Amino acid sequence: MPDTTTDATADTVTATKALLEVDHVTLKFGGLTALDDVSFEIREGEILGLIGPNGAGKTTCFNVMTGVYRPTSGQVRFDGTPLTKMKRYKITKLGIARTFQNIRLFKSMTVIENVLVGADAHSKVGFWDALLRTPRYRRTEGEARARAAELLELVGIKARHDELASNLSYGDQRRLEIARAMATGPKLLCLDEPAAGFNPAEKVKLMELIRKVRDAGYTVLLIEHDMRLVMGVTDRIVVLEFGQKIAEGTPAEIRDNPAVIAAYLGVDEDAS
Amino acid sequence: MNPVSTALRAVAANWDRMIDGFHRKPLPVRIAVMVVIALFFYALPLLRPPIITTNSIDFGGVMFGVVAFALVALGLNIVIGYAGLLDLGYVGFYAVGAYTTGVLTAYHGAWPFFLVLPISIAVTMVFGVVLGAPTLRVRGDYLAIVTLGFGEIIRICLVNVEWLGAAAGIKDIPHPPSIGPNPEGPFAGKKGLFDIPRVQWDGIVPSLDWDHATHFLTFGAGDAIPYYWLLLSVVLLVIAADRLVKASRVGRAWEATREDEDAAELMGVPTFQYKLMAFALGAAIGGMSGAFKASGQGGYINPQTFPLLLSMLFVAAVIVGGAGNRWGAVAGGALVAYLPERFRDINDYRLLLFGLALTVLAIWRPEGLLPPRRTRRVKAAEAEIEAIEEGELEEGAHA
Repeated sequence: MPDTTTDATADTVTATKALLEVDHVTLKFGGLTALDDVSFEIREGEILGLIGPNGAGKTTCFNVMTGVYRPTSGQVRFDGTPLTKMKRYKITKLGIARTFQNIRLFKSMTVIENVLVGADAHSKVGFWDALLRTPRYRRTEGEARARAAELLELVGIKARHDELASNLSYGDQRRLEIARAMATGPKLLCLDEPAAGFNPAEKVKLMELIRKVRDAGYTVLLIEHDMRLVMGVTDRIVVLEFGQKIAEGTPAEIRDNPAVIAAYLGVDEDAS
Repeated sequence: MNPVSTALRAVAANWDRMIDGFHRKPLPVRIAVMVVIALFFYALPLLRPPIITTNSIDFGGVMFGVVAFALVALGLNIVIGYAGLLDLGYVGFYAVGAYTTGVLTAYHGAWPFFLVLPISIAVTMVFGVVLGAPTLRVRGDYLAIVTLGFGEIIRICLVNVEWLGAAAGIKDIPHPPSIGPNPEGPFAGKKGLFDIPRVQWDGIVPSLDWDHATHFLTFGAGDAIPYYWLLLSVVLLVIAADRLVKASRVGRAWEATREDEDAAELMGVPTFQYKLMAFALGAAIGGMSGAFKASGQGGYINPQTFPLLLSMLFVAAVIVGGAGNRWGAVAGGALVAYLPERFRDINDYRLLLFGLALTVLAIWRPEGLLPPRRTRRVKAAEAEIEAIEEGELEEGAHA
């Protein structure tokens, strides 16, 4: 688990180095330019919001970062390491974990097993360790289970650890996705619309959870539609529209940015 | 709903309840029950219970075929049930194992069986890796087509390659070395370490038949029962190994890959490596079964021993038994091998009956005879949701 002693009083927003750099990334699908020369960085210890109207390229941007798509040009660097040709599971091992916009749990596995799959990401246990039940197997398995239990406690679904993932309520499935991603021991946790389909009360709880996660030492990238949630929890915000970055700044700056207002509400033609 | 399907459903529910009840028993009880069941199966070809015994064909030989099939199903269960890879050419691996044994012990060499057995397993595993490395990049139906081709390629190669005995095959494959002195002929005097009589049934009155005693651990042409014991022991060992590997990181990685390959990869599972491992392990177990088959009672293999149909039956065995549960695979394998032999008396119709039995099973219990418990949990949850939804709809209709 990352260092949990980061004191909240320090100026975590400006003083720290960039954890992930998206450097002039362009992604084309045939004639369609999904991402057009997008650059931004995520700094260690912050909660960065990535927002934009539907189809702006938020999830695509996510997919480039986690290796699902390869950029047509440009580069994504994590901790200084370019991710361009890296295998997806290796990117995860390096320290980027994500959740999915449309929940993708391992449905027929139990809650704790889902988290264990994440916790196995750094395990060196192989076939022979498992067959011979070596000390390494027992140690790793014990650690993984303890960690999984800890994470389920954190997201608040520990009581349901033996339930099948598909039997969880929608909200708990979202929570489980977060726990599973955190189990891979990431430095950067990417949440793709974690509040989709939540009611206001659940959203408040989710906001608390995201803050708790940050305070536990993770850097968080948050894609979200709900403005109140984004404004309330993020340190900085990047705004995408039609595959281009149109703004970047603190929530207060973004709120007053005319380009952002135009993108979300449309341009008021009478006023112009 | 007709009475037949209602009755079948009741049987299934009771069956599931019994299995669940068994799992709730304390560990010593479960172990004791397992041991009793294992002993029963060891003794089965000697007990020769009336209805189960095949009368027109040697029961010991049938039972050997049954366990060989169960072992294959156990291997294929890793590929299909755990990792979710549909392999329709599994007979290819079975053939590779059998031919490696045939070539090394009889056709081109005279190595002892127990030295050749691990070699056969290793060779089959290499075949699994060589076939898997390029093909496991394709998914689903495409993988099924590629593996289907592989099974046929192996068989056609066997027919055409002179070095492998061509169409005539390989004969006089030696038996595993006996423990204890060899008998001069079948049932000739007391040989082996000791003799075990079989049970003879006169109606329902059992008596001991010392004339057809089995010589303990004499692997000869006359009596298939020692082979059966050997292979049954191997199956139990494989089941134990399967259990250890499945209940570990490896098993979880397989299951995650089966459920959602992309998500698994993004959670740090090197999915390709794990699929390849499942494929190679499955191949190795298939090859192991093939090796035993080759050096079994008959000691004769040819390309016709490994038709495409066998691949389909292997898959049927895993599905009928319940993909993803090792006991289901064993039961399915045993059933698929046993039924056609049992109905040998009605020769012309036996395949028809067999097909009918498989169809009934597929309709009545699509998840298999012994599905993994969690499959049943998913099904139960789905049924519950459906019931709630239907209830709501009805309420809505009344309102």
